[in-house]
Amino acid sequence: MNVPALLRPLRRWWPALALVVLVLLPYSALSLPGLLDGPIGSPGSLQLLALCLVFGALATGYDLLLGRTGLLSFGHALYFAAGTYATDLLLTQTGLGFWPSAALGLLAGVVLAALLGSVSLRMTGIGFAMVTLAFAQAGSILVERDPGGVTGGEEGLAATGLPGWLVGIQHTANLYWIALAYLVVTLAAVQWAVRSPIGRVWEGIRENERRVEVLGLRPYGFKLVAFVLAGTLAALGGVVYLLLTGGATPQATTSDFTLSLLVMVVLGGSGSRWGPLVGGVLYTWAQHRLASLAGSGTIAGLPSVLRVPLSQPLFLLGVLFVVIVYALPGGVAGLPARLRGRGAQA
Amino acid sequence: MSTVVLLSVTGLGLGALYFLVASGLSLIFGLMDVLNFAHGALLSIGAYATWWAASHSFGYPLALLFGTAVGTLASVALELGLIRPLYRRPREQVLATVGVGLAVPALLSAIWGADARTFPVPASLGGTFTLLGATVPVDRLVLIGAALVVLLALKAFLGRTRHGLVVRAGVEDRAMVTALGIDVRRAFTLVFAIGGAAAALAGGLAGLYFGSVDPTQGSSLLIFGFVVVVMGGLGSVSGAAVACVVVGLVQQFANYYSTAGLGDLSVVVLLAALLLVRPSGLTGRLA
Repeated sequence: MNVPALLRPLRRWWPALALVVLVLLPYSALSLPGLLDGPIGSPGSLQLLALCLVFGALATGYDLLLGRTGLLSFGHALYFAAGTYATDLLLTQTGLGFWPSAALGLLAGVVLAALLGSVSLRMTGIGFAMVTLAFAQAGSILVERDPGGVTGGEEGLAATGLPGWLVGIQHTANLYWIALAYLVVTLAAVQWAVRSPIGRVWEGIRENERRVEVLGLRPYGFKLVAFVLAGTLAALGGVVYLLLTGGATPQATTSDFTLSLLVMVVLGGSGSRWGPLVGGVLYTWAQHRLASLAGSGTIAGLPSVLRVPLSQPLFLLGVLFVVIVYALPGGVAGLPARLRGRGAQA
Repeated sequence: MSTVVLLSVTGLGLGALYFLVASGLSLIFGLMDVLNFAHGALLSIGAYATWWAASHSFGYPLALLFGTAVGTLASVALELGLIRPLYRRPREQVLATVGVGLAVPALLSAIWGADARTFPVPASLGGTFTLLGATVPVDRLVLIGAALVVLLALKAFLGRTRHGLVVRAGVEDRAMVTALGIDVRRAFTLVFAIGGAAAALAGGLAGLYFGSVDPTQGSSLLIFGFVVVVMGGLGSVSGAAVACVVVGLVQQFANYYSTAGLGDLSVVVLLAALLLVRPSGLTGRLA
C-alpha cells in the first residue's frame, strides 16, 4: 500500500527485468568474491550458474506434485534420468543427430511417467511415495548393473556426437542460455497449468481429496496429468543437464537425487511461485561452495571434531534441512511474510 | 537340487534382513503415520556400532548386543528429540526423518570413510554345513533364527501384553484410543525403540551377511524394506513376514537364473503386479 508510486510498476515487471539481467550475465565481467570463484562471465561461474538454474527449474517442476497437488513422490529422479540416459544412449548407440535424440529422449520420459504414474497412483498418500521410490530404485539398479555394457555402469556415459556449438569451455555461454530457456519454459508451464481449471482441481485434491470426489470428479485422472507434466519437465531437464555436464552419471538415478529435490523445495517454500526456484538455486550453490570449501585449507586447519562433519556437504545440508523444517515451515519464500507478521505483532 | 537348497536358504536369510527392517517401519507407520526415512540410518548406526565393537575384540554376540543397544538409544533419541515436537504434522515428521537419513550416512562416511570396511566374521559363524546335499554358510541360519525370534517376540508382545494391546488399538484407531483416556504418545516412543532395535540388529547381521559395512548399506536395504511393507500391507507385522519371504526368494532365484540385477527388478515388477490386483497389499489393510 505504502510503496512509492515510482516503484509500483517494478512490482509487476520485476520478473521481466530479472530475466533481462540473467540473459545479459555472460557479458558481465563483474566478480563477486565469496559467491563465485571467477568473474560472472567466466566459464566456471557460468557453468555453476547454469546448474543452479537447472536445479531451480527441476525443483519448480517437482513442486507441481508436492506443493500444488499434494503428491509426495520419491521417484522423480527416474524421469530426469530417463531424459538424460535415453538421449545419451541414442546419441552413442544409434548415431542419430542431437535434436532427434533429444526429442526421443524426452518422449521416453513422457511415456515412462504415464506408464508408471498410472500404476503408482492406484495407491494414495505414503503408499504412493513408497511405490514411486521402488520404481525409481529399479531404474537406478538397471543403470548401475549395466545390461549389455550400454549404460557404462558406475562410470557413467559420456555423450558423443553433440553439435560443436554446445561442446567445449568456450561455448559455456550457449549452455547457460539453454539452461535459462529451460527455466523460463518450466516456470511458464507450471504457472499456466496451476492457473488452468485443472490447476484448481489440483488445489482441491491437495486440500481435501475426498471432497473433490464428492463433487463428482475423479482425482485419479487429474493426478495423472500432474504426474506426467512433472515427469515431462524433469525429462527435459535431464536433456539440458546432459548438455551441461557432457554425459550421464548414475548419481542422477538414485533416491538421494529425489531427496535433494525435496530438500530444495522445502528449503525454498513448497507451493509458492518462486520458492522452489530459490531453494534449488541456493541448494546447488551451497553444495558446490561447501564442496570446494571442504577441499580448501580453511577447514583442514580445524580440530577434528569440527573438521570431520564439515567435510561432508551432505551432512550440513541434512542438518540444515531439519532446521528449516523446524524453524521455517514456509521455507525461504515464506520469510518476508513471517517477518512482516512479526513486525505487525510488535 | 543342491543349488535350489542353497538359493532358498540364502533367499530366506535376505528375507530375514528385510523383515527386521520392515517390521519396525510397518509398526511405526501403522501407529504414527510416519514413514521413517531415518530407518536406514538407524540400521547403519547399528552396523557401525557392531563393527566397532567386534573389531575391538568384544565377542560377536556381545558386539551385536552393543550395536542393538546403540541403535535403540539412537532411535529413542530421534523420537524424543525430532519427532515428538512435530506431533500433528505428519508431513513435517517425514521430512525431518529425511534430513536425518541424509545426514547420518554422510557423518558415518566422514568419520570412517566412504569405502566398505571388512567385518570381522567370527570363525564359528564363517563356516558352512551340509543340508540336503548343499553346502550352506552358517550365517544364513543365524539371520533366519534372529528374524524368527524377533517375529515371535513381537507377536507375543502385541498379543499378550497391555502395551502391545495399546499399540494394536492405536494402529486400528488412534483417535479412539486417545478418547478412552490412554496416552498413545508413550506407545510412540515404545514402537520407535522396538523399530530401532530391530533395524540396528539387522545392521549387525547385515555386516555378517555381506562381510563388510559401508555407509550406503542402510539406504539400499531400506528401499527393499519399503517394498516389503507395501506388499505386506501397511501396519501389519504378519503381512511383512509373508512378504519378506516372497521378496527374498524371488530376488535370489531371479538373480541366479537370469542375469545379475534382474532379481532386484523382478521384485519391483512383482510389487507393481500386486498393486494392480490388490491395491491394499497382501493382507488387505488400507493405508
